[in-house]
Amino acid sequence: MAEINLHQLLPYGDTTQDGAVQLSFTLPVEPSAKAREAATQLVRSWGFFDVKIAHMSSIGVGYAFFVVMARTEKSIDYPKVEAPQLDLQKRDYKEIDKKILQEVKRPIRLVGATTGFDAHTVGLDAILNMKGFDGDIGLERYKGFKVVNMGSQVPTEELIDRAVKENADAILLSKVVSQKDIHIHDMRDLIAQLKKRGLENRFVLVVGGPRVTHKLALELGYDAGFTIGSRPSDVANFLYEKMVEKKNGKTKK
Amino acid sequence: MYSKELPLNERKIARCRKIAAEIGNEVASLIHQNSTVGTERGILRMLGLNGALKHQGLQYPVANLIVDQLKENNRLQEGALFWVANALLAENIQMDVLEKGIAGRTINIGKVKPQDTKKTRKFAQELAEKAYRNLKTYREKRKKIMSHQKDPLREKRPLKYVIVATGNIFEDVTQAKSAVHDGADIIAVIRSTAQSLLDYVPHGTTTEGFGGTYATQGNFRVMREALDAMGPEVKRYIRLTNYCSGLCMSEIAALASLEGLDCLLNDAMYGILFRDINPRRTLIDQHFSRLICSVSGIWIMTGEDNYMKTTDAVKAGDQVLASQFINEVSALNAGMKPEQMSIGHAMEMDPAYEKVILMEIARAQMTRQIFPKAPLKYMCATKYKSGDIFTAHALDTVFNLIGSMTNQGVLLLGMPTEAIHTPWMQDRSVALRNINYVLNGSLGLSQEFGFNTEGFIAKFSQKVLDDCLTLLEKIHRDGFFKAIEKRVFADVSRTINGGKGADGVFEIDRDVYLNPFFKLMGSKI
Ligand code: B12
Repeated sequence: MAEINLHQLLPYGDTTQDGAVQLSFTLPVEPSAKAREAATQLVRSWGFFDVKIAHMSSIGVGYAFFVVMARTEKSIDYPKVEAPQLDLQKRDYKEIDKKILQEVKRPIRLVGATTGFDAHTVGLDAILNMKGFDGDIGLERYKGFKVVNMGSQVPTEELIDRAVKENADAILLSKVVSQKDIHIHDMRDLIAQLKKRGLENRFVLVVGGPRVTHKLALELGYDAGFTIGSRPSDVANFLYEKMVEKKNGKTKK
Repeated sequence: MYSKELPLNERKIARCRKIAAEIGNEVASLIHQNSTVGTERGILRMLGLNGALKHQGLQYPVANLIVDQLKENNRLQEGALFWVANALLAENIQMDVLEKGIAGRTINIGKVKPQDTKKTRKFAQELAEKAYRNLKTYREKRKKIMSHQKDPLREKRPLKYVIVATGNIFEDVTQAKSAVHDGADIIAVIRSTAQSLLDYVPHGTTTEGFGGTYATQGNFRVMREALDAMGPEVKRYIRLTNYCSGLCMSEIAALASLEGLDCLLNDAMYGILFRDINPRRTLIDQHFSRLICSVSGIWIMTGEDNYMKTTDAVKAGDQVLASQFINEVSALNAGMKPEQMSIGHAMEMDPAYEKVILMEIARAQMTRQIFPKAPLKYMCATKYKSGDIFTAHALDTVFNLIGSMTNQGVLLLGMPTEAIHTPWMQDRSVALRNINYVLNGSLGLSQEFGFNTEGFIAKFSQKVLDDCLTLLEKIHRDGFFKAIEKRVFADVSRTINGGKGADGVFEIDRDVYLNPFFKLMGSKI
């Protein structure tokens, strides 16, 4: 196998370091020799070379669709890349449950909801409901959690009210619709409203959704973000560790 | 042994229909005893009261204002029609003058002096008859436009249904046109996320929506005109559909008939289960909306495909079928013909399962046989699509082939980018290339093979039917509303008095309340 230079990481097509990528896009002009040339020049201007217009065809009238193969030399120094990631020890449900009861000594109280006009509940339910997700049981089934699942279309204020009323340890927010960055808007809204009520340090804040990353969550002031493929035990594990950390008064970053 | 059709027990199918009819009676008595603010507004729309006024920065419909005024003055018991007739008589004016008076706040319909009741009722009856005739005229107009173009229905292949959802109706037109050029037969303008919870229909053309575009009369018109203009160019009639669930079902149906829509996604169960709309409110509204659709020749499209998204789709076959039977009954109660019932289902089983394609064929074929005349609306895989657009495209190819070989009425095209965003123009185009290939290449396929009567597909479909019968019996025993509460559908629980819009329902006294439309439009309730 060819040596991979991680300091100059490049895409792999069929030869190490070849920098090959495939792109597809539409230009609002009819397909023509001129359109093809325009697409070639355009892709080159983005820093690619060896640009091949693999396919050009019309979409409706007045639009040309392109599939393009090209190469790049712009590499990245992989070891220097920083992407915050939850670094959790792997534990199964039984172990987490036992540890919570031993160390936190009471069930961790959770309130979860999808806020705003978002009506998607499958992701939140996958984490919270008994049956769980992907063969991994949901938090409701744990003895170590007391779960209130408010469902979807919940106004942010109501979510906070409920969290206060239940004396919750953590708020679990789900945001699925992301058109026009509505998920970010609603994530900010929760933080802003908590601040307004002087509650910004009261709860552990967890957010999840297909367009949520841990990095984004941290940037917006959450303690953790969970994206596609997250399993309830990942979340359980995080909540357990966070609660112990809070209890011991440490705040690790 | 092989046979052209699956060996489904006809007696069991008939038994399902019988139980569904009895379940339908429970809903019918609810409709008989109540009306809603939404239904009353639907009536006002039928009368042509479609204007709006600026109100707290919004365009607020006159129909809403009228119902609000009647409610404030305890006048809803007679029904909105009665008070419109009363106002016209009292002021001796025409409908458009009344509309202006209300919009200009010079008339408060809740306070207009009551006239002779008998005279008012008679006049109200005349107004209703005229509105009904208007509805028929819109229908005739549409039929005429259709008759000038070739109807893809006659091509004996499923209709190709695509969505546009840019949030801006003018951008939607650009995308729709492109899709029509690439072969689409039905354009669905997806509605903005929040709209089903609005207790009024926004007014005018709109350019800002989330995950879709507002359903308004103005937007209906813009898209309708664009599609009608394309007909001669592409030499086929293009159908238009929109959403008619939520808090304004009958109003939207009235506007859709006025603006010549061909289909409406019309299903109270969607509102109940997925938008938490009050069950009584929306089932009552649904009935009036279906009456309007029935007379206007609009197909209703039901939303059972959605149940499979919140449950395990392999196991959900029985609830989907049970709900289809119930939906069929409520459509029949509104005088609909089976040819107007675009009953919904979907290919949503986990693609990781062994024999999953066999199971999907079983369900698609079974649904085809149980509802032989309905233009079944078959929905592509969505839930198990990920950001891997290439695998998603593979799923769509299989979906298209199953749709073709089981003669579905309408295929809701899958998009490679389903898990990422509402479709871009190129996503739709790629999806259309896929289906054009499959439909063209598999034309007549269903005539070429039969089913093993002892095989896996036959057994799987028989089990779904058996389970459905058991489920319908259980729903009947528990009562429809209790069953919903017990999570029979989509694994979601809703209560009869819970949800949004419950305060818009009011009890009526049939001796006082006036709504001649039910009878005129052939309601069986
Ligand atoms: C099912 C579904 C629906 C169902 C929802 C039913 C329900 N009760 O949830 C119905 C049919 C009702 C629906 C409606 C709509 N939908 Co939808 N829907 C989907 C679909 C097909 C699957 C979503 C899903 O369930 N995924 C499975 C779950 C398990 O995955 P997940 O949500 O990512 O969750 C995981 C992680 O993200 C994370 N997670 C999620 N939440 C949380 C919360 C916490 C606390 C934690 C720790 C983790 C976590 O853990 C989960 C497990 O790993 C997607 C397309 C797709 N394939 O993704 C479209 C999709 C999400 N929908 C979409 C849209 C636009 C809508 C509508 C707005 C359309 C409209 N205009 O009417 C409506 C309206 C809903 C509204 N007001 O919000 C778009 C969103 C586009 C965008 N980028 O904004 C998508 C992508 C489809 C598309 N391509 O257009 N939808």
